[in-house]
Amino acid sequence: MPKLTIDGVEVDAPDGATVLQACQLAGKEVPHFCFHERLSVAGNCRMCLVEMERAPKPIASCAMPAGEGMVITTDSDTVRQARRGVMEFLLINHPLDCPICDQGGECDLQDQAVAYGGDRTRYEENKRAVTDKSMGPLVNTVMTRCIHCTRCVRFTTEIAGVSEIGMLGRGEHAEISSYLERSLTSELSANIIDLCPVGALTSKPYAFAARPWELKKAESVDVLDAVGASIRVDARGASVLRVVPRLHENVNEEWISDKTRFACDGLRRQRLDQPYVRRGEKLEPATWDEAFGAIGERIAASDGKRIAAIAGDLCDGESMLALKDLMGKLGSPHLDCRQDGAKVDANVRASYLLNSSIAGLETADAVLLIGTDPRREAPLVNLRLRRAWLEGGAEIGVVGPARDLNYPVTALGAGTDTLTALKDGKIAFLETLKNAERPALILGMGALARSDGAAILAVAREIADLTGMISADWNGFNVLHTAAARVGGLDLGIVPGAGGKDVPSILDAATNGEMDIVYLLGADEIDMSRFGDAFVVYQGHHGDAGAHRADVILPGAAYTEKHGTYVNTEGRVQLGRPAVPPVGEAKEDWKILRALSDVLGHKLPYDTLGDVRSAMVAANPVFDEIDIVSKAEWAPFGTAGALGEAAFELPIDDFYLTDPISRASVTMAACSRELSGGTEKGTGTNG
Amino acid sequence: MARIDQSANRLLLRELVSGMWLTLRYFFRPKVTINYPYEKGPISPRFRGEHALRRYPSGEERCIACKLCEAICPALAITIEAEPREDGSRRTTRYDLDMMKCIYCGLCQEACPVDAIVEGPNFEFAVETREELFYDKDRLLSNGDRWEREIAQNIALDAPYR
Repeated sequence: MPKLTIDGVEVDAPDGATVLQACQLAGKEVPHFCFHERLSVAGNCRMCLVEMERAPKPIASCAMPAGEGMVITTDSDTVRQARRGVMEFLLINHPLDCPICDQGGECDLQDQAVAYGGDRTRYEENKRAVTDKSMGPLVNTVMTRCIHCTRCVRFTTEIAGVSEIGMLGRGEHAEISSYLERSLTSELSANIIDLCPVGALTSKPYAFAARPWELKKAESVDVLDAVGASIRVDARGASVLRVVPRLHENVNEEWISDKTRFACDGLRRQRLDQPYVRRGEKLEPATWDEAFGAIGERIAASDGKRIAAIAGDLCDGESMLALKDLMGKLGSPHLDCRQDGAKVDANVRASYLLNSSIAGLETADAVLLIGTDPRREAPLVNLRLRRAWLEGGAEIGVVGPARDLNYPVTALGAGTDTLTALKDGKIAFLETLKNAERPALILGMGALARSDGAAILAVAREIADLTGMISADWNGFNVLHTAAARVGGLDLGIVPGAGGKDVPSILDAATNGEMDIVYLLGADEIDMSRFGDAFVVYQGHHGDAGAHRADVILPGAAYTEKHGTYVNTEGRVQLGRPAVPPVGEAKEDWKILRALSDVLGHKLPYDTLGDVRSAMVAANPVFDEIDIVSKAEWAPFGTAGALGEAAFELPIDDFYLTDPISRASVTMAACSRELSGGTEKGTGTNG
Repeated sequence: MARIDQSANRLLLRELVSGMWLTLRYFFRPKVTINYPYEKGPISPRFRGEHALRRYPSGEERCIACKLCEAICPALAITIEAEPREDGSRRTTRYDLDMMKCIYCGLCQEACPVDAIVEGPNFEFAVETREELFYDKDRLLSNGDRWEREIAQNIALDAPYR
């Protein structure tokens, strides 16, 4: 802990800190462009010059390690003059196009030029111009504005793990280039937009759409994967214009995936903005009363045992609880939140959580991936795995298809036989896990969402116990979900009750005509052709697969339009907040269910958001601890049984098109075409 | 003595005569009233009248959708929406100006980095309905085309003082 004196204030800097960080600790602002605490030190912008006692000239504080007894001055005449000089050099080739630059209003260079720069230029020669580079459908480049801080280069190489951009040339001829004019292939590529301190890299879908000062900002959480990244939703009027990350050290640090960031244009298309009722072959617009009346008639004519409900992947906890209570009152045990049929055990919390925690995965030193592709299922978890390999030298083995993960992995085999062989010690990787200090396994939906999922869960548990993954301060047994609603649903018990059917059985029963009514709460990822003659009620926000099959459509709110509680894959309860009002006649989902329950004569006992949240806490106390991960107790789970022959299949083919929102998004469709090799599937919302 | 003066003034109608004298003097001076609307008085080059969006001599509209006028407008009279034009340049798709909200302070033309939005010399834009005072982009651009000569001259005349 070196002790420094900064402008007369003594501070203890942590070991390995730079002078710049020490200055920040002392509460002194030091202007900088190239320095970023999550990236390696480059020291090439020279903006962070400060004066150090007994040094002949100002020092670059970002590249100077804090040392014992340093005396630093951050606000002397020399420092001010040095900064003004550096700023003058930076502005020599920077165009004066702030009025047409999308960074205007949130630009580091603009702010720092005002605060630390001179008031006029002395440069009369021609400015240099640089041709723009192509970086794909997400990142817009105006390379003349670049000040060569190389943050983008360092981010893509160090964090995203793709060496696709670099700096070519020196001095006046230096250019950031994507080498081959190809799109960036990283799922995290758009973070370089936030990193760029000037307007050289800006968002292509958001180009010229708005200025930062006109946006209304709402702090929320992402629901497009199970990581629950902290986001800020920026809206103007009634439309969401962009999504940017918020700092959350334990979840997303300050990054978000491209899907999270750019799927928001899907929120403006294919929306269900009023109730519909099927009359004959056609869905016709109806009023809420007519829609509720149609449902009421069918439910009155049916029996509770012949009613089923399926909760989708984007549902908030409030609506799922309301659905569960309503089904309870109707006397139906057929309720499930696992659209893909994942065989997870809702009784033991440790059996369906990412127990190591997302941040904890960084410290793992041997990881076994089973039927999962973290790079596409959860890019922010993948980033931690990459760091575990990069910084901790973790060994990573894969059972199932090993796609191009951005760290070296050992491919162990394709399916269940490999898993059994591993358990029996026939594969050497078991020794690696045994010898590791913090071994971990990640069980994906590719392994669980199949008929022998419960047996695979049991085998995975055996491997975890066998290799000492569970200790007092470490639990290496992890399940990586792909749906934001899944853990919340399991916590609330959205699973079949006594004698109830799960999703595959509900589908079978509906095909055989044993189900009268199926209530889909935002469930779109199931085979809609299997509902037979059942009366399908779809409550959701997009006209996707579910709405096409539905007999009654109740328009709900998307995640940017409602107060919602979501639980991420590590069991962290987080709150989403509305940024815009729901479109048209759509309402918040729990309110729809509450209103419907009144029509059906089974009034649910809550009238306000506070009441629902209290009911959620009553159902499971974890909902009382917002943003806290409490350790799940290790208890027996999984049912040993026969393992199937089939190899694991990964749940996500196309990272960019996984849910109703991203399937309705034009940007995501463009990404899919360009980056995933065009695996667009016709779903009814893609155009 | 004072009393005698007062009585004399009163008796001889001195105040009335002096007043009529003034009237008589103005009778022979040039008149200041003008025959509006057939005649108009001179106005300053800085006069802030009806708004206009200007074009470059090439015909290209000047406005680059930077939204600084929208941001500075104290009456919130300006609404702008923008998106990339086909050639990739930054342009407005909507430029609405509510002439009834506008307080004619001239901050929009001060804020404009490209002299696109200006308050021209025209003050005769009275209309019969409210709706006609919601100006859109076409209306503002056509104002610019109509008044370009006067506006350019005013800007040139005012330039030395800026």
